[in-house]
Amino acid sequence: MNLMANLIPVAAEIFLLVMVCFILIVDLLLAKSSKIYTYLLVQLTLLGCSLITVGTHENGVYYAFHGMYVDDLMSDVLKMLSYLGISMMLVYSRQYLMLRGLFTGEFLVLALFSLLGMNVMISANHFLTLYLGLELLSLSLYAMVALQRDSAIATEAAMKYFVLGALASGLLLYGMSMLYGATGSLELGVISHALQQGVQNKPLLAFGLVFILSGLAFKLGVVPFHMWVPDVYHGAPTAMTMLIGSVPKLAAFAFTARILVEGLQSLVTDWSGMLIVLAIASMALGNLSAIAQTNLKRMFAYSTITHMGFMLLGFISGGIEGYGSAMFYTVVYMIMSLGAFGMIMMLSRAGFEADTLNDFKGLNQRSPWLAFMMMLLMLSMAGIPPTVGFYAKFSVLNAIVQTGHTWLAVVAVMFSLIGAFYYLRIIKLMYFDAPESHVPIVVESDTGLLITLNGAGVLILGLMPGTLMSICAVSVQQSLLLH
Amino acid sequence: MIFGLPVISVAIWLPILFGILVLATGDDKNAPLARLLALVGSVLGFLVTLPLYTSFDTTTSNMQFVELHDWINRFNIHYYLGVDGISMLFILLNSFFTVIVVLAGWKVIEKRVAQYMAAFLVMSGVVNGVFAALDSILFYVFWEAMLIPMFIIIGVWGGPNRIYATMKFFLYTLLGSLLMLVALIYLYNLSGGSFAILDFHRVAIPMTAQILIFIAFFFAFAVKVPMFPVHTWLPDAHVEAPTGGSVVLAAIMLKVGAYGFLRFSMPITPDASHKMAGFMIALSLIAIVYIGLVALMQSDMKKLVAYSSISHMGFVTLGLFIFNAYGLEGALLQMLSHGFVAGALFLCIGVLYDRMHSRKIADYGGVANKMPVFAAFFMLFAMANSGLPGTSAFVGEFMVLMGAIKVNFWYAFAAGSTLVFGAAYTLWMYKRVIFGAVTNHHVAELTDINAREILIMSILAIFVLGMGVYPLPFAEILHTSVNDLLVHVAQSKLPL
Repeated sequence: MNLMANLIPVAAEIFLLVMVCFILIVDLLLAKSSKIYTYLLVQLTLLGCSLITVGTHENGVYYAFHGMYVDDLMSDVLKMLSYLGISMMLVYSRQYLMLRGLFTGEFLVLALFSLLGMNVMISANHFLTLYLGLELLSLSLYAMVALQRDSAIATEAAMKYFVLGALASGLLLYGMSMLYGATGSLELGVISHALQQGVQNKPLLAFGLVFILSGLAFKLGVVPFHMWVPDVYHGAPTAMTMLIGSVPKLAAFAFTARILVEGLQSLVTDWSGMLIVLAIASMALGNLSAIAQTNLKRMFAYSTITHMGFMLLGFISGGIEGYGSAMFYTVVYMIMSLGAFGMIMMLSRAGFEADTLNDFKGLNQRSPWLAFMMMLLMLSMAGIPPTVGFYAKFSVLNAIVQTGHTWLAVVAVMFSLIGAFYYLRIIKLMYFDAPESHVPIVVESDTGLLITLNGAGVLILGLMPGTLMSICAVSVQQSLLLH
Repeated sequence: MIFGLPVISVAIWLPILFGILVLATGDDKNAPLARLLALVGSVLGFLVTLPLYTSFDTTTSNMQFVELHDWINRFNIHYYLGVDGISMLFILLNSFFTVIVVLAGWKVIEKRVAQYMAAFLVMSGVVNGVFAALDSILFYVFWEAMLIPMFIIIGVWGGPNRIYATMKFFLYTLLGSLLMLVALIYLYNLSGGSFAILDFHRVAIPMTAQILIFIAFFFAFAVKVPMFPVHTWLPDAHVEAPTGGSVVLAAIMLKVGAYGFLRFSMPITPDASHKMAGFMIALSLIAIVYIGLVALMQSDMKKLVAYSSISHMGFVTLGLFIFNAYGLEGALLQMLSHGFVAGALFLCIGVLYDRMHSRKIADYGGVANKMPVFAAFFMLFAMANSGLPGTSAFVGEFMVLMGAIKVNFWYAFAAGSTLVFGAAYTLWMYKRVIFGAVTNHHVAELTDINAREILIMSILAIFVLGMGVYPLPFAEILHTSVNDLLVHVAQSKLPL
C-alpha cells in the first residue's frame, strides 16, 4: 500500500490539523479587537474541510494505516454534519462569547481540536484510534468548559466533567484491554472475526463487554451513568453546553456503531439486552427529572438523557432499519439542540443568562418570531408532527415494532407523553404568560438568520423527511452492514 | 380535478396559506387587515370545497377526488387524499364553520388578532386533511398538527383557568394518539409495508392483535369523541376556550373521533369491534343517561352545553356500534346536526358573554325583554338541542333509536331517555336565562344582536331547519358508503 492511498482517506483531518496549527499562530499575531479574523478563518477552515471530504469521497469502504482508519459513506456523512454543526455553533455563540470576553483564539482553536477528535472517532476502525479521538475530543471539551476561569460554577463543572470523563475513559480502556486479551486484536474487523470463530475465555469477554458498555454509556450520558450530564450542562457557559450537547452526539453515535455493530456484532443478544435496560431507565429518569427542573439548561440535560435513551432503541432493533433510525435520530437531535441552545444565547445579554424557565415567559409579546421558532423546536423535541422530531421517533418506533418488541414501543411512547409535558410548558410560558422583563431583545443579523433557518429547517425536514432518512439508511447499509 | 386543480389539496392548503398571510400582517396595528384577509381566506376556503359536493358521485362507495403522490419513499408513505360519502360532508362542515368562527371573532377578539385568525385558518386546513387523508401517517400528521393551533387558541384567548384546560386537552389527546401511532406501525409491518388505510382494511389480523389494535384506536378516538370516562377534558376546554374555540371544538373536533371509529376501528378490526360492541354500547349509554343528568345540574351555560355535547356524542357512538344502516346513517346525521346545533348554542352563549362577561345562568333572567330577536334564535337552537321534530337533531336521533330498537329494546329505551333529559336541561336553562322579569341592571342594559350576529344566526338556523325538514340531500351522500362499510364490517378478517 503506497503512501497516497493511506493519505487520501485522512486528507480532511490532515488539512484540519494543519489549519488548527496555522490559526493558533495567526491568532497570536492578531490584536484582541480583531479576533473576528480568526473566527472567519475558522469558518473558512470548516468550508475547506467539507470540500475536501466531498472531494475525496468515493463509493465503497477504504482502510488506511493497516486498518486503523476507515473512510466510508457513513463517516463522510457524519463528518459533513459535524462541520455544519460546529459552524452553526460558532455563529450562535459569537455574540454571546464576545459579551463575556470568552471569544478568544483558545476557544476557536479548542473547538477545532474537538472537531478533529470527532472526525477521528467517526472514522476509527481500531480501539486505539477510537480512544485517541475520544480523548482529543474530551480534553478539548474539558478545557472549554473551564475557559470561564472566574466563574466558580463553570470551574466546578469542568472538574466534574474531567473526573467522571477520566473514569469513563478508564472503564473503556479496561474493557478494551480485556477484549484484546480475549480476541488477540484491537482492530474491530479482526475482533469481529475472532468472535465469530468462538472465544475460549468467556468470563473475560463478558467483563470486557460490560466495561465497554459502561464506558459508552458514560460518554452518551445514559442512566445510570448520567450523573455528570446535568451538572456539566448547567455549569458550563451556554456556548460550551451547546457544543457538548449537540455535535459530539454524532461522534458518539459513530463510536457506538463501530464498536457494537462492527466489532461486537456476534454478541448482539448480550449487549442489546443490556441496552434495553439502559434505554428504559434513561427515558424514565430523564423525562421524570426534567419536569422538576427550573433551569432550562438542566432541563435540556435531562432531555438529552432521554433522547439518547430513545436513540439506543434503534441499536436494540438492529438491521438497516434500526441503525439507520438511530443515526437519523442523532442527526435530528443535533439540529434541534443547536437551535434550542442558540435560543438561550440569543435571549441572554451582557451579564445576564436567560437560562431559567421564567426567562422565556411572554416571549411571544417580546419577539413573536423567536417565540414561533422556539415553538417549532420544542414541538420537534416533543415529537409532534409536522416537525422532524416526529419522524425521528417514528423511524425508531418502526424499527422496534419490526423486531417484534411492540411492548417496548408502547413503553417508549408513554415516556414521550410525559416528555411532551415539559416541552409544552415552554410553549405555555412563551405564549400564555406575561413577560417578566421588557428589555428589548437584540438579535444580530447572522444569528437571526440562522435561527430562522434552524426553525424552518425543523419544519421543512418535517414536511419532507424522506431524503435525510434515506441518506442515513444508505450510509448505514454501505458502511456497517456490508462487511 | 376541477378546473385542473386538485380540489382536496386546495381545500387543505389554501386556508393554511391564508393563515400564514394573516400571521404576516403582524401586530394589532394591522388588525383590520388581518380580519379582512381571514374573512377572504375562510370564504374562499369554503367556496373551493363546494365542487366536492356538486361533483360528488353518490352511486359509488369508492374514494373520489383521489390524489396520490410519493412522499416518503423509504417507508412507502404517500401523499394520498380522497373522500367518500362518510368524509365529504365533514370537510364542507369544517370549512363552513371557519367562516362562522372568523365572523364570530370579528369584534370580540381585540388582542393578537392576526394570531387568532391565523390559528383558525391553519386549523381549518389541517382538519380538512384529517378527513381526507387516506394514508395513515398523513392522517396522523394532520391529526396531531390539529392539536397545536387549538392548544394555542385555548391557552391564549381562553378564560381564567385556560392553562390547566389546554394542557389537559393536549396531553389527554396525545396519550391516545401515541398509542394509535404504535398500532399504525404494527399494521404497517403486518400489511407487508403499506401505510394506506384502504390496505389496512384488507389485511387479515389475528384476534388478539385485533383487540389490542382496537384498544389503541379506542384511546385515540374515544378521547376525541369524547366518550365516558375519558370525557373530562371537554368541559374544562370548552369553558375556558374563546367562543370561536368552543364552536370549533363542538362542531368539528368532536367529529374527528367518531370519524376515526368509522375509518379505522370498524373496518380494520371488524371482529374486535363486534366483540367489543357491548362495551362500547355500555359506555355510550352511560354517556347518554349519566352525562345528561350531569348536564341538568350545571350552573354554567357553557358547561351545560359541553355536557350536552358529550351526551349527544354518546348517541353517535351508540349508532356506530349497533352495526345497522339506520344506526350508522343516524349517527352520521347526528354528527352533522350536532355540529350546527352545538356550534350555534356556543355562539348564542358567546353573544351573551360578550355583553355580560358571565356564563353563570344565575346572572341572567328576562333577557327576552331586552333581546327579542336573539331570544327567538336561541329558542330555535335550544329546541333543536332537545331533538324537536322539524329540526336537524330529530332526524339523527330518531334513526339511531330505530336502529337500536332493532337490536335490543332496552338500548333504545335507555337512549330514548335523552329526549326527556335533553329537553329538561336545555329548556330549563333557556327558561332561566331568557324568560321572566329582568333580574338585574346588567340585563337591563343589554342590547339586541347586530346585523353581523343576525347573519351568522340566520345561516345556522337555515341549516338546522333545512336539515330537519328535508334531510335527503345529506342522507343520499352517506347512503352508498355506509352500506359498503356495513358489508365490510360484517366480514371476518381473522386469518384462515
